[in-house]
Amino acid sequence: MSATATSTPPPAAPKVSGGKGGRTRLSFPVVLLIIAGALLALSAVRAVTGAQDVTSAGQISAALAMAVPIGLAGLGGLWAERAGVVNIGLEGMMILGTFFGAWAGWQTDPWIGVLAGVVGGMLGGLLHAFATVTFGVDHIISGIAINILALGFTTYFAKLWFNTGEAAEAGGSPKQSPPADSITTVTVPGLSDWLHSVEKHHWFFVSDFAGILGGLVTHVSLLTLVAAALFVGTFFVLWKTSFGLRLRSCGENPVAAESLGVNVYRYKYIAVIISGGLAGLGGAFLSLVTSHIYNEGQTGGRGYIGLAAMIFGNWRPGGLAMGAGLFGFADALQLRNGGESVHALLLLLVVMLAVLAVWKLYRKRFVPGVVSAVIAAAVLVWYLATDTVPTEFVSATPYVVTLLVLSLSAQRLRMPKADGMRYRKGQGK
Amino acid sequence: MKKFDKERLLLGIAAPLLAIVVAFLVTALVLAATGKEPFSAFGIMFDYGLKSDSQVYILNKGTTYYLAGLAVAIGFRMNLFNIGVDGQYRLAAFFAAALGGALTLPGALQIPMIILTAMIVGAMWAGIAGVLKVTRGVSEVVSTIMLNSIATAIIGYLLQQGRLGHLDEAGTKISTTPIPESSHFFEFPTTPTPVWGFIVVAVVAGFAYWFTLGRTRFGFDLRTVGQSGSAAEASGVDVKKMVVTSMLISGAMAGLIGMPTLLNDSYEYSGDFPVGIGFTGIAIALLGRNHPVGIALGALLWGFLERGTGKLEFEGYDKEIVGVIQGVIVLCVVIAYEVVRRYGLKRQQSRVGAELAAKAARNSDQQEVSA
Repeated sequence: MSATATSTPPPAAPKVSGGKGGRTRLSFPVVLLIIAGALLALSAVRAVTGAQDVTSAGQISAALAMAVPIGLAGLGGLWAERAGVVNIGLEGMMILGTFFGAWAGWQTDPWIGVLAGVVGGMLGGLLHAFATVTFGVDHIISGIAINILALGFTTYFAKLWFNTGEAAEAGGSPKQSPPADSITTVTVPGLSDWLHSVEKHHWFFVSDFAGILGGLVTHVSLLTLVAAALFVGTFFVLWKTSFGLRLRSCGENPVAAESLGVNVYRYKYIAVIISGGLAGLGGAFLSLVTSHIYNEGQTGGRGYIGLAAMIFGNWRPGGLAMGAGLFGFADALQLRNGGESVHALLLLLVVMLAVLAVWKLYRKRFVPGVVSAVIAAAVLVWYLATDTVPTEFVSATPYVVTLLVLSLSAQRLRMPKADGMRYRKGQGK
Repeated sequence: MKKFDKERLLLGIAAPLLAIVVAFLVTALVLAATGKEPFSAFGIMFDYGLKSDSQVYILNKGTTYYLAGLAVAIGFRMNLFNIGVDGQYRLAAFFAAALGGALTLPGALQIPMIILTAMIVGAMWAGIAGVLKVTRGVSEVVSTIMLNSIATAIIGYLLQQGRLGHLDEAGTKISTTPIPESSHFFEFPTTPTPVWGFIVVAVVAGFAYWFTLGRTRFGFDLRTVGQSGSAAEASGVDVKKMVVTSMLISGAMAGLIGMPTLLNDSYEYSGDFPVGIGFTGIAIALLGRNHPVGIALGALLWGFLERGTGKLEFEGYDKEIVGVIQGVIVLCVVIAYEVVRRYGLKRQQSRVGAELAAKAARNSDQQEVSA
């Protein structure tokens, strides 16, 4: 009589989609309106507080660079979870990506490094698929095991491969690889300079728009473009092809899929291996674009953040891209003069909370209304009493934002129905 | 009706043993592939790992790991994945250390206060994830991971000169104010180094874990929720309350993790306070199959591996091989348990099937006789 975690049905985020039905799909104009609204709010914050960096090209450029690895990890999570396999091993697969990416990258060409990183991640994915699909191990447990294993392997081999002979001469150490060449970045000629000059005028809204656009067209790594293409490609493959429909059917109702002749195991394998490859690519981006070297602990939990971004994005590529952008933005804040920017954004938080409070009170939901109002007042006092936010809190911003966003939106999310559940061939018979 | 099933027990022990053997094989392959002689490495590990000073080291490390394993296992038994044990114990140890350094009460009063503070802080931090799960539907896996990072930020903020931090005389290390000597925990005067007295608390915690889960109504409810939330709900268990309660208990247990180090070794919280033990706890809980004795064995094994591989560094090997061994053990063990579980289930099904068939046959015999 020993009930272990492995002997029970796998856990999942509580199914809260409930009777009200899923979230209504946002149409394209509505998305544009939301983006415009957000931009307006940011412009207002910048204009009122004078924290010019909030929408500067530099900030946006940094945000984009930070968003890509998170987005790629999230995209990996998306593939796996759409096929019904929860992949918390993304972190480990990312670690493999950073390691193999840098290992091949410094010896040869960075693009070969990218390939090696993808292959490294795929190996992690294969292992995860092997454990969860073939053996039916609980997905979260297998994922944690892979994270531990990937860390152990890379730590050992980094010391062996980067601290000896040629690698050591080229600047390697037990925890660091020698530097690799950089991957070409592109800047749209003319447009970038023009946007930069517009941004410098600090005109309300116009300069903010120019700053954001400028950040997106200046010094963009080719690998970032690859990542963007992968987002579009993922949407196309998963939602517009019969292959994608079959793959998603494995995540929604594998028994039904099986009865229609879909080889569920094979689709799950493919999905999880691709998932690992994408996470590995995210890792390779970290080691080859963000820093040019492998560094122990470089991923810093980005695999988990990617997972959170995917949940935030309601298991869809568009939402995931937005989530990754948000985390990237928060991540970039800490790189650049973050204290002042986060301090400015506190004001935005106050306004949002105040609006929420008024709305709740209007709907006669007094308890949440009053709670929101009290928090808004507290944040306002904090804002007025200080000039900047301590760096430690700036570094915590992405995590706090994740928690806040998830606690506000988790009930409106709908995960694939059979996500995280153990599936055995023929179980429906 | 519960009968002692020898074969089942055998299977239960065979799985982890098999995993450990496979792990050593894989490690041997890795060592051989990287041009190192594997078997002398294992020889060194066992020779050194079983020396008396190593035994003390393993017991002391094991105390910490055991508490970590228990903290994780409480969640696991209920199907809650408390990945946040890591942040919980660090935050708890930090505040407990700060309090312990600030007060100078008699030890008999202050030690329980320090421990209690740690448990409360740990419980509160875990409780956030529990409350978010039941009220807002946020998966505890994601929220506890976020809380880990936030805990790191909070400690980083507070552990500074002028806040709760305290610069040492050399001016190189920031730590909390050291806890006065009167509040140090007792030690067993073993040679060459003492065994930490906190091992007693760990044993008591293990016993409490076993008793609560196996022998009380609460433990029964908890395990029921873990096996089937809807069945528990139907039999009148308040599942939401159970989720929050078990998160709180798990967090309180996590609060104890830092105590052996704090009260028996470092007496202060500084930058070199051990980190990442929450994740070690996950591995150990998996290895020990959430069983109090299994977790103890797992904790000792982890201590042994670390001690043994540490010696390898001086013999021309790399001590980082420990990560490979541990990683492979964890992955193999979860697969092995799953295979054994499925085999056991199949065996049970076929036995029940056979019994039913025998009964049916007997019934039809009787019918023929009476006919």
